Amino acid sequence: MRSWKVILEIARTHLFTKLKSTVTASIGVTFGIAAYITLVSFMTGLNSMLDDLILNQVPHIHLYNEIKPSENQPISLYNEFEDAIPIIHSIKPRQNQRKIHNALPILNDLEKNKNVKGASPQLQAQIFYLSGTIELGGNLTGVDIMKESKLSNIQDYITQGSILDLKNTQNGILLGSGIAEKMSLSIGRKIMVSTAQGDRFQLKVVGIYQSGIAEIDNIQSFANLKTVQRILGEAENYITDINIKLNDITQAPALAKVLERKYNVSAKDINEINAQFETGTNVRNLITYAVSITLLIVAGFGIYNIQNMLIYEKMNDIAILKAIGFSGIDVQFIFLSQAAFIGISGGILGLILGLGLTNFIDNVPFETEALPTITTYPVNYNPANYIIGFFFALLSTFIAAYFPSKKAKNIDPVQIIRGN
Amino acid sequence: MSLILETKNINKYFGKAKPFHVLKDISMGIKQGEFASIMGKSGSGKSTLLYILSTMDTDYTGELFLQDELVTGKSQPELSHIRNEKIGFIFQFHYLLPEFSVLENVMLPAKKLGLKTPEEIREEAMDLLKKLNIGHLDSQKASKISGGEKQRVAVARALINEPILLIGDEPTGNLDSYNSENLFQILKTLKDDKGLSLLMVTHDEDLAKRTDRTIYLEDGRIID
Ligand SMILES: Nc1ncnc2c1ncn2[C@@H]1O[C@H](COP(=O)(O)OP(=O)(O)OP(=O)(O)O)[C@@H](O)[C@H]1O
Ligand SMILES: [Mg+2]
Repeated sequence: MRSWKVILEIARTHLFTKLKSTVTASIGVTFGIAAYITLVSFMTGLNSMLDDLILNQVPHIHLYNEIKPSENQPISLYNEFEDAIPIIHSIKPRQNQRKIHNALPILNDLEKNKNVKGASPQLQAQIFYLSGTIELGGNLTGVDIMKESKLSNIQDYITQGSILDLKNTQNGILLGSGIAEKMSLSIGRKIMVSTAQGDRFQLKVVGIYQSGIAEIDNIQSFANLKTVQRILGEAENYITDINIKLNDITQAPALAKVLERKYNVSAKDINEINAQFETGTNVRNLITYAVSITLLIVAGFGIYNIQNMLIYEKMNDIAILKAIGFSGIDVQFIFLSQAAFIGISGGILGLILGLGLTNFIDNVPFETEALPTITTYPVNYNPANYIIGFFFALLSTFIAAYFPSKKAKNIDPVQIIRGN
Repeated sequence: MSLILETKNINKYFGKAKPFHVLKDISMGIKQGEFASIMGKSGSGKSTLLYILSTMDTDYTGELFLQDELVTGKSQPELSHIRNEKIGFIFQFHYLLPEFSVLENVMLPAKKLGLKTPEEIREEAMDLLKKLNIGHLDSQKASKISGGEKQRVAVARALINEPILLIGDEPTGNLDSYNSENLFQILKTLKDDKGLSLLMVTHDEDLAKRTDRTIYLEDGRIID
């Protein structure tokens, strides 16, 4: 039978009479855990910000018609040249439409696919922005803006105006910030664009788009799908690209292959980008954990020393307790429960301090061209980090206290009593 | 009368390389309600014997019985329980837990045994302290009382679980003659009133003479 009450009572008395050691040990854990929480929150915050920056701007699967030469050149139809190596000069790409054939049925079909979170149609058009006699080449992308905003974070990059302004304005345009600057245009002003064929259209600036990447912002603008179709003089089913978001990003490569065959289009999945990206994420996670674990090990050594000292000081007490009927395990539990108290109190304080520091970082101004919607440093308040941190606190104190407590368990009371 | 404690051919050696034979063929017994004393020169092995009898030292050959039950070879937790329940030990140097109050020190073994409620234990501990004339010290820190007082607290602690055997290693050794006599009287009363068995090492010939029986140790051997 274990008499927990009296064991805890003794542990508590030791802790409170040696308040300085207790506080020192707890502070070690507190700092270790606080640093862990702060680092992890900050690092994962940064990670997901970078995820947003790169991954969310990219569709999981991109359907389009690739311009490329036929894989079977006419010469392969001739049996006479079967054993020869044909040399063909000046291969031209196959005559092909940029338009995705049957785009509307494909969109309908995709919406029914349960792996697909959503699919948005796009029409990419090469245009010129006109300002007096100056022509600036650029891209005008026709989008279904409501669908687009659901599937990508395009609205984060609209620095002025809103998606609704575009939706409600038939000939509206979300102008790239670089073009707007060059042409000194602002919301409400008109801009003239012309197609490659020379047809001119007047559009109304309803918003400014800023991705943060100058090369994009200098050419890219968005308009409603119908507007662009009208500019190009094409029908309502003229769609050049379909962007797909999946429920599970890891399905992208497999599904891309399936869709490629099913719809007879080219499909590119996000996986290549993702693979490069994950390396960075992993390295950052590694640093976070390495630093945190180092801090906890340092805290653990502090606890180890303090517990060892405590046991050395309490040698007489241990001998007496054993003489009056406490078993070695009882004594071990006394010291382990002290460690548990240090771990729990230090851990909880560490979580609170970590939350405070995280909150502080959360409010530190952080302005960057690349991320127009972000004004402070990104942090992540994932509760899982707090649970892991607390678990870490308990684990490190337990390991640190285990060996000293085992020593206490094995102390021979006779030696101590005789020694005096 | 039945034997409370009995040893059969207990031998103990110190050291491995050049073993030193400390206890030689110790066979003895303590009867129920007997007050026995042990005398012998310094270094004759008295303390060593007491540590074995109190079950704290298990590194010996031979057999030790408590109430006709073989104790030798039992596991550490079992021995702890036996010490807790059946044996009271008073050290030469009043070992108390200095950070606990006098009352808490006395209550500890009973709380460990866990047979009574904390209120009952507190009451009994207070009764014991009062009987030993230190009732007024109950809430003092154990480190802040005199040597004679400490020794009486140690007696109270040894008695709280109503043991069958009380073992003392020169319990009066550190006390002045007044306190020494006082403690002796207390122990004698316990034997007379409660039928407690006692085994006490002493260097005081007069005290030894007033016990029921004196065992003489010389060079680790009992002599008659
Ligand atoms: N840990 C030990 N290692 C080796 N020898 C020891 C050890 N402890 C005691 N001894 C020796 O064993 C002998 C008996 O010691 P013990 O403490 O039992 O004597 P004692 O009769 O109690 O003496 P005293 O009256 O001075 O208390 C002594 O000669 C002592 O030197
Ligand atoms: Mg001795």
